Amino acid sequence: MSSSAIYILDIKGKVLISRNYRGDTDLGVIEKFMPLLMEKEEEGLLTPILQTNDSTFAYIKTNNLYIVSTTKKNANIALVFVFLHKIVQVMTEYFKELEEESIRDNFVVIYELLDELIDFGYPQTTDSKILQEYITQEGHKLEIQPRIPVAVTNAVSWRSEGIKYRKNEVFLDVIESVNLLANANGNVLRSEIVGAIKMRVYLSGMPELRLGLNDKVLFESTGRGKSKSVELEDVKFHQCVRLSRFEIDRTISFIPPDGEFELMSYRLNTHVKPLIWIESVIERHAHSRVEYMIKAKSQFKRRSTANNVEIVIPVPHDADSPKFKTTIGSVKYAPEQNAITWTIKSFPGGKEYLMRAHFGLPSVECEDTEGKPPIQVKFEIPYFTTSGIQVRYLKIIEKSGYQALPWVRYITQNGDYQLRTN
Amino acid sequence: MTDSKYFTTTKKGEIFELKSELNNDKKEKKKEAVKKVIASMTVGKDVSALFPDVVNCMQTDNLELKKLVYLYLMNYAKSQPDMAIMAVNTFVKDCEDPNPLIRALAVRTMGCIRVDKITEYLCEPLRKCLKDEDPYVRKTAAVCVAKLYDISSAQNTNLGLVEDQGFLEQLKELLSDSNPMVVANAVAALSEINESSPTGQPLVELSTSTINKLLTALNECTEWGQVFILDSLSNYTPRDEREAQSICERITPRLAHANAAVVLSAVKVLIKMMEILQGDVEFCNTLSKKLAPPLVTLLSSEPEVQYVALRNINLIVQKKPDILKHEMKVFFVKYNDPIYVKLEKLDIMIRLASQSNISQVLSELKEYATEVDVDFVRKAVRAIGRCAIKVEPSAEKCVSTLLDLIQTKVNYVVQEAIVVIKDIFRKYPNKYESIISTLCENLDTLDEPEARASMVWIIGEYAERIDNADELLDSFLEGFADENAQVQLQLLTAVVKLFLKRPQHTQGLVQHVLSLATQDSDNPDLRDRGFIYWRLLSTDPAAAKEVVLADKPLISEETDLLEPTLLDELICHISSLASVYHKPPTAFVEGRSAGIRKTLPVRQGSDEAPAQEATVIPNQESLIGDLLSMDLGAPTIPSGPAPTTAPISNVDLLGGGLDVLYGGTELSGAPTAAAPSTTGLLGDIFGITTTPTMYTPPKTLWLPADKGKGLEIRGTFSRKSGQVHMEMTLTNKAMQVMSGFAIQFNKNSFGLAPLVPMNVTGLQPGQSLEYSLALSTTGPVQRMEPLTTLQVAIKNNVDVFYYACQIPIQILFLEDGTLDKRVFLTTWRDIPSANEVQYTLNDIKGSADAISSKMTMSNIFTIAKRNVEGQDMLYQSLKLTNNIWVLLELKLTPGSTTATLSLKSRSVEVAPYVFQAYEMICKN
Repeated sequence: MSSSAIYILDIKGKVLISRNYRGDTDLGVIEKFMPLLMEKEEEGLLTPILQTNDSTFAYIKTNNLYIVSTTKKNANIALVFVFLHKIVQVMTEYFKELEEESIRDNFVVIYELLDELIDFGYPQTTDSKILQEYITQEGHKLEIQPRIPVAVTNAVSWRSEGIKYRKNEVFLDVIESVNLLANANGNVLRSEIVGAIKMRVYLSGMPELRLGLNDKVLFESTGRGKSKSVELEDVKFHQCVRLSRFEIDRTISFIPPDGEFELMSYRLNTHVKPLIWIESVIERHAHSRVEYMIKAKSQFKRRSTANNVEIVIPVPHDADSPKFKTTIGSVKYAPEQNAITWTIKSFPGGKEYLMRAHFGLPSVECEDTEGKPPIQVKFEIPYFTTSGIQVRYLKIIEKSGYQALPWVRYITQNGDYQLRTN
Repeated sequence: MTDSKYFTTTKKGEIFELKSELNNDKKEKKKEAVKKVIASMTVGKDVSALFPDVVNCMQTDNLELKKLVYLYLMNYAKSQPDMAIMAVNTFVKDCEDPNPLIRALAVRTMGCIRVDKITEYLCEPLRKCLKDEDPYVRKTAAVCVAKLYDISSAQNTNLGLVEDQGFLEQLKELLSDSNPMVVANAVAALSEINESSPTGQPLVELSTSTINKLLTALNECTEWGQVFILDSLSNYTPRDEREAQSICERITPRLAHANAAVVLSAVKVLIKMMEILQGDVEFCNTLSKKLAPPLVTLLSSEPEVQYVALRNINLIVQKKPDILKHEMKVFFVKYNDPIYVKLEKLDIMIRLASQSNISQVLSELKEYATEVDVDFVRKAVRAIGRCAIKVEPSAEKCVSTLLDLIQTKVNYVVQEAIVVIKDIFRKYPNKYESIISTLCENLDTLDEPEARASMVWIIGEYAERIDNADELLDSFLEGFADENAQVQLQLLTAVVKLFLKRPQHTQGLVQHVLSLATQDSDNPDLRDRGFIYWRLLSTDPAAAKEVVLADKPLISEETDLLEPTLLDELICHISSLASVYHKPPTAFVEGRSAGIRKTLPVRQGSDEAPAQEATVIPNQESLIGDLLSMDLGAPTIPSGPAPTTAPISNVDLLGGGLDVLYGGTELSGAPTAAAPSTTGLLGDIFGITTTPTMYTPPKTLWLPADKGKGLEIRGTFSRKSGQVHMEMTLTNKAMQVMSGFAIQFNKNSFGLAPLVPMNVTGLQPGQSLEYSLALSTTGPVQRMEPLTTLQVAIKNNVDVFYYACQIPIQILFLEDGTLDKRVFLTTWRDIPSANEVQYTLNDIKGSADAISSKMTMSNIFTIAKRNVEGQDMLYQSLKLTNNIWVLLELKLTPGSTTATLSLKSRSVEVAPYVFQAYEMICKN
């Protein structure tokens, strides 16, 4: 159905650890993996799925490791990839960093995890908080044998019972990332807002939570169409949210996992005015110099301020002797990235700043043609959401009846924010 | 202290040392030793020699140690089957341990040990575990049933073990388990068992009540369990539209799940259900609208998941183009997308390109064409060409974009551009040739065979417009021997074209190239082509002109579309590997594990009668033998759907040739009347759309408006209830009213003449009129060349116009063109073999029966059908209006798309036209 075997390889393709789930493939097939990968890369046909004559490798790469799954069947490949990423997530939560060394240091636990995560190619329990309750790193003491947490097979498979906090608190972060793609003429090709509501939950017992947003569909159905509301285009929920309930009456109700998690994400395709707009004039004098004139403009309300604004401007890789002039912030040349970074710690709304850069170019030109990477902008604007989404309430009900404090925070930041240059 | 220390021992006698440590009395020592063993195993050392010592450590109450020993067993049991038996007792004991974790662990591990003897002992514990009080054990046991099934079918010794032991029943019971995870695992195990069922039939069918239980469990189980349930739902065909609709409603919320696999599996079920619900347009539209946002959101997941999503979207866009038609922008390529994502996005952009978004697409493509990644740039340039061919109004823009790109002088960009411009020329002849001069400027920079060949083709094709075409081609000839074969072939053809168009000064050139091709080349293709040209030119230059300068068929707009049946199959495999490869699972999965072939459910409302193999003649050596046995034995009448009309249609269902057996006399006059009901019935059976009359070719332009002084005539011929008609669309494109129409035919091969005078009173400017003119076949006869040419004169108040058109020969096939079997046989033998012509039909689709029923509609009658060595032979006959009989033998190979047609007739000159008719009928 999905995986016949899972391998973790180092960057050279040496197997660090592996587990054969179905016994239908010889573990040795992995020998073909690296040569095939190199061959495809050479041909420019590299995909995350590689096919040999009788089996298929699906792999992801992380921290110089390849996580590879093989199958001989018509596996559900979407599930395989999501699962491979899940393995990385679980192991990262276990060992802080998943890398060659941590695998060798923890091979016993990894074997145990590989045994519990997936059975005969069918993913099972992949919630690391629950796993940590019965697969621990210290090794089990003889006297107390671990028991399976009820949550493993419970309808609520993400939270264990009997959690206790002295102070019951919930932190809710509404984070909106703005994706933007503009062409060199200054036209916005596409812009979208990808929002996420992240929670940190420190609540005792099995609390029932209900989150109220200014959701347009909800407002219209309850006759509050005139109030300010937001039309969420595509909402994705953490598995704890009752999807059928949301489908019926747009109520977001759930029993949260303990600790940190992403409750939901949403997407808005509305055309937003770019929050930070960059105009660039690049003058290239072949064989002698290149000059940049960069203008950055903040196009949001004056009361808001963007923090830690970084404007990354690509420069030719053979550029030398950088010279910068700017009215604000600092500029750094990062030759290893072939880029200069203009950092502005605090950038209030409705302002405009200018930066000039000057580079020398060698008289002998390099033969390789260079791409034209776009200018990228990073920023963070607190207390502000582009979409106007608001948390109206967060109700917390637990049978012991304790009072809990919800804290809400709004941030808008850059997502994939790219401006093409000439 | 970390585990890495276990990897460090590399001393000699390591195995020996480990052995003594394993036998140490101290538990801690033992555990350390097992860890060292596992570490050695991990790095690939063979530690199977320690098998008995490790197994000795199995009986322990230390869970960690137990797990390690189990792990060791899984790895080495296969190589030490006899010793593995030592472990059985502990396994069985562990399956009854008070700790459910250990019970589950034992049953899980046992299922992974693929050793016969162990499998035998697995049954009892497994039966208990399936009924265990703890859901964790039950869900593990459920998967174990699938393991057992897999082992028993792989070993071939214990086939049927799972069924015989009643595990299948127990698994079915688990579908109603109170615990959602148990349900999910049970359904996953059942699906797997069904997929690999030896009969190809699912062993367990899901019933409506089970479906309801699954839908309930769907809301409560883990994300993975949801995928298992959705995937099994995708194999279920609901009873009616109401059930399909309720399944859709209960699945739709899954589209909001954060896990991409859940979303894709839900999309799969929904698209499949939509197939059933096509009738309910409103419901389908709402559903389509709900599908778009989640599909778009998949593009913000990890790149590998994006890749899978894009490959699937590629299918969905072909199946349901409306879903994403407004989402073009999300497929714009980002600078930092991995190359495989970029290429897939590009493909989808072209599929979504339409007149409304083409300018955006083009400006993006142009941007991409200036990137650095060569493969991507090339594909972007090709994409521009595909846009030009797909979106006709944009062709001009595309061409100018390509010209801009050629100006960049980037070598590979120029070459790709020239390759696609060649296609554009072919798609839109006589439109963009003005750019040829620009192309010629880049001649010297072309170094790739495909680009050179394309350029040579352009020069040859437009030799009359390129003043120095001879010089250009001559320059290519200098290095003829070093060219790639593709270029050589093009050069040869181009020079011949040039010679035929401008014979004055090019004789030397053509002789040069012919001698190069025929004398100096080792390539047989090139030599053969050279000789053919040479002979054509030396014997019959007019024929050479017809061959070499013939009109080329238009290139199709969507050559890259998947074939519809394959597409439907792949839609059933959304989110699986097949959907990424765009190949059916049988193409890459060995043996029966490929699973049952999946098809989209048949639309409700159309009666699905099972396709009947209506074999007329039992498979025997000769036709004579067949006929004899048929005469003696009782005819087998299929137990198919009850015929709606009396015996006549029943007989015709059997292939239209059995009438003989029923005495024939009272039927011989009837086939005309019976034909429509036959086709109707057959049509229902084979699920093809029934057209009551025979196939009519689409109208073609007969008289262009510029030649008809504003009168435009498009037309075709049809045969309706035994009467030939000329179907015309008359359009008045002039400014004045047209009237006084009259029509006359020249003498022609088949004696066609208007039966009645043309009766069109007046045609207003801008007006279009459909006119059907009945024709007789008893007019004056004169042999035409080509045979089917019909010259027509049409008169109106403006002028007299002449045009020629081709009669599709099938309209001349008579309704009584069927022959007695014996007559057929003797006639066939009597016609000398000199009058036999062979022909190969390509791209044949459908079974022999489907083809034969199509043919019957066009008055080509199947006399008999038999099967020889896996090939279906159809014996067919037809009669032309001038009483020429044509006998045919059609040989079909199932699975192949080509068929061989042998024709025998006294007047064999009709053969090519009959073949044409076959082509047309088969393909429509």
